[in-house]
Amino acid sequence: MARLKFDSTEPSHLVGLALLVGGIVFSAYQLATGADIYFTTLLKSLALGSVYALIALGFVLIFKATEVVNFSQGALAMIGALFISFMVADENLPIIGFFWEIPNPIYQLGGPEWIRWGLSVIVALGFAALLGLVIERVTIRPMIGQPLFSVAVITLGLEISLRVLANDAVKISFRSVDAPWGNGGFNIGAGFVNWSYFAAMITAAVAFVAVFFFYRSRMGISMRAVARDQEAAMAQGINIGRVFAIAWGAGAVLAALGGLFATQQPIKQTGAIDQDTSLIAFRALPAVILGGLDSVQGALIGGLMVGTAEIYAGQYLSGYTSVLGSGYPLIVPYVVMIIGLLVKPYGLFGTPEIRRV
Amino acid sequence: MFLRPNLYTSYEEETQMLPTYTKKVLAGIAIIVLFLIPFDVPLITASTDLPVLRNIPVISNGIPPLRFLGDSSWLRAMDEALMFAIAALGLNILTGMAGQVSLGHAFFMGVGAYTGAVLGGVATSSVWGWSLPIWIWLPGAGIGAAIVGIIVSPVAVKLRGLYLAIVTLGLVFIGIHMSNTNWGKKLAGDPGLGRDFPTYDIRLWKEETPLVSIDDDGTWFGFLDVTDNQKTYLFLAVLFLLFIVLAKNIARTRTGRALQAIRDRDIAAEVMGVPEFKYKLIAFATSSFFAGVAGALFASFAGKLPASQFSLALSVEFIAILLIGGVGTVSGTVMGTFFVVLTPKFVESFTEWLADKTEGDGIGAKVADVVISNGSDQGPVSAATQTPGYPLNVFDWNLVLYGALIIVFLIFEPLGLYGIWIRIRNYWKRWPFSY
Repeated sequence: MARLKFDSTEPSHLVGLALLVGGIVFSAYQLATGADIYFTTLLKSLALGSVYALIALGFVLIFKATEVVNFSQGALAMIGALFISFMVADENLPIIGFFWEIPNPIYQLGGPEWIRWGLSVIVALGFAALLGLVIERVTIRPMIGQPLFSVAVITLGLEISLRVLANDAVKISFRSVDAPWGNGGFNIGAGFVNWSYFAAMITAAVAFVAVFFFYRSRMGISMRAVARDQEAAMAQGINIGRVFAIAWGAGAVLAALGGLFATQQPIKQTGAIDQDTSLIAFRALPAVILGGLDSVQGALIGGLMVGTAEIYAGQYLSGYTSVLGSGYPLIVPYVVMIIGLLVKPYGLFGTPEIRRV
Repeated sequence: MFLRPNLYTSYEEETQMLPTYTKKVLAGIAIIVLFLIPFDVPLITASTDLPVLRNIPVISNGIPPLRFLGDSSWLRAMDEALMFAIAALGLNILTGMAGQVSLGHAFFMGVGAYTGAVLGGVATSSVWGWSLPIWIWLPGAGIGAAIVGIIVSPVAVKLRGLYLAIVTLGLVFIGIHMSNTNWGKKLAGDPGLGRDFPTYDIRLWKEETPLVSIDDDGTWFGFLDVTDNQKTYLFLAVLFLLFIVLAKNIARTRTGRALQAIRDRDIAAEVMGVPEFKYKLIAFATSSFFAGVAGALFASFAGKLPASQFSLALSVEFIAILLIGGVGTVSGTVMGTFFVVLTPKFVESFTEWLADKTEGDGIGAKVADVVISNGSDQGPVSAATQTPGYPLNVFDWNLVLYGALIIVFLIFEPLGLYGIWIRIRNYWKRWPFSY
């Protein structure tokens, strides 16, 4: 942990110190003047940060295993949310281009509402994972050994196609994900806290703990080996294709969870999927970059930092909207990212690229 | 010389723009075709009217006979391709030559468009505009974008690879947001509708009648009737050629060699005395200049445009152009632009043609019925341009195919169109031997 030693000659450490002191002073002042608003803002920012961290984790898993930045994560998030919506709300499931329909078995089930909802989400996540596997097999596997940038552009092409197809599904009909917690919540003084905040935080926590334990399993170790050096991993008898497939499947599942929470508070009020849902991944990209493209703890910390910055800026700078323009909190993540990269060009926890002559 | 075209005896010979006779001839033909395209050349139109061709059923059934474009709707697609080629050449300098991947090209196009709009546009109560002539606002748009490029480059020079790509992607979002602020609205007008952009008319100063009017029909040399579309095309074609020469020359000079050295191995380049910071800054400035000019042309071509048009999708289009064309070459970039910009037009006319086919009978009509929906029957694609949801409307169908095309192209031909051209060329060079 030598990394955490303070060094006054290093500019990044000074910036960090200044931010820390500023944050403590600001928090103390706000706690003294309006503790209820401060606490609800804190919960809100943790919730948003968790959603960003979830999506960032998807990016990082795929990047670590395959060295590809998956720009289609947003489209996958939207399609995942659509799968959830189909499973939860539709009596008949549409198959391939809406040519024919089959009855939805989960919709017929009796029992408590939330069990049915949980079951639908699990099945929908399974479909999302399947989609991830298919995409990996068809478009990414043939590109092994090609320039990384070409592969990144392939994912951009995927993003366009998938996003347009998904957008067309929500153009006419109101597609709700019917979350069991609804829009409910409770008050802390003048502030309001939604149940969905806790759902997002718990999901993110579970996902990070799962990835933490997964990296200690046999498959996880081979995944880390592949991330280090593909050829050496292959020489040790690791099946790289399987590692790629698992990374993409897991990435698609995380994206779908992100898409589910992109329809909930604090991101959207309506609880329905709309054409902005796919933008959630582009809003989470600053979190990935700030934390470092190849670091799991970076995804968590980057996500929380970016979410906090966005919510706090939205809460405490709203008096300056006439100068900053309406909707300014949405670009706060990018500004934070650019400032962060000026100090640490490979993110907070990213591995610097070794440059050889 | 004629017998051994690949034997170079001096450095000037090796770096000349068109080194071989084949290239000289091909370039000459391309330039002649470029300038003939907007006209109905009587010779070609007459030759496609020959009885032999007229008896081929496909041609007599609706597909127009082969001819240059005349004043058709294809001319607008060609105009767009010419403008986009200018912007793509700029990105090629930054990404192809200097190796700095940028997803922020749309942002620089937007900066250029609004610089041009303020310099050349007409002021109203809600937007700024100084009504200056085109010879000020067009270069001004480029210079404005270049200045912003220089301001951004200190951040960009520190970053490499995907980190740079994502930071420049952030620029696009920040740029669109800035057009929504109070002072941004003075530049960009209403966020939903946009503002009026200056026209292409060439004036000496602010006089009433332009020196060369491009937005009106007219007659040249007393006998040649030209419409405004044809004039616009010719104007853009001249600019396009100018920028090709500029881009080719940048590649040949000291700057171009320095940029390529940085791309290939930046530390090695610095050891050999190429200042990395300075040349990356030059690359950003030049690339933004190209983007700014293209953005101003694009905006005034559209006439009225909201700032949200300069979005990530536009940036992605340029990256796709570079990769499909072949990174790092001027001719590849131009080929890629025409391919990417014109393909949606082909898809569109194909869909229109299919929609017509559904009326008839036979195998063609059956196939068309499966693909196209005319309202009652359920194909995946709708013949109407505005259908929400499934079946897909033609515009969305274009986008889906465009995305799929990028994927398929890169999987099967990672070197792009330029790679295909190299393979064809080598085949004929070695013919009749296979290697």
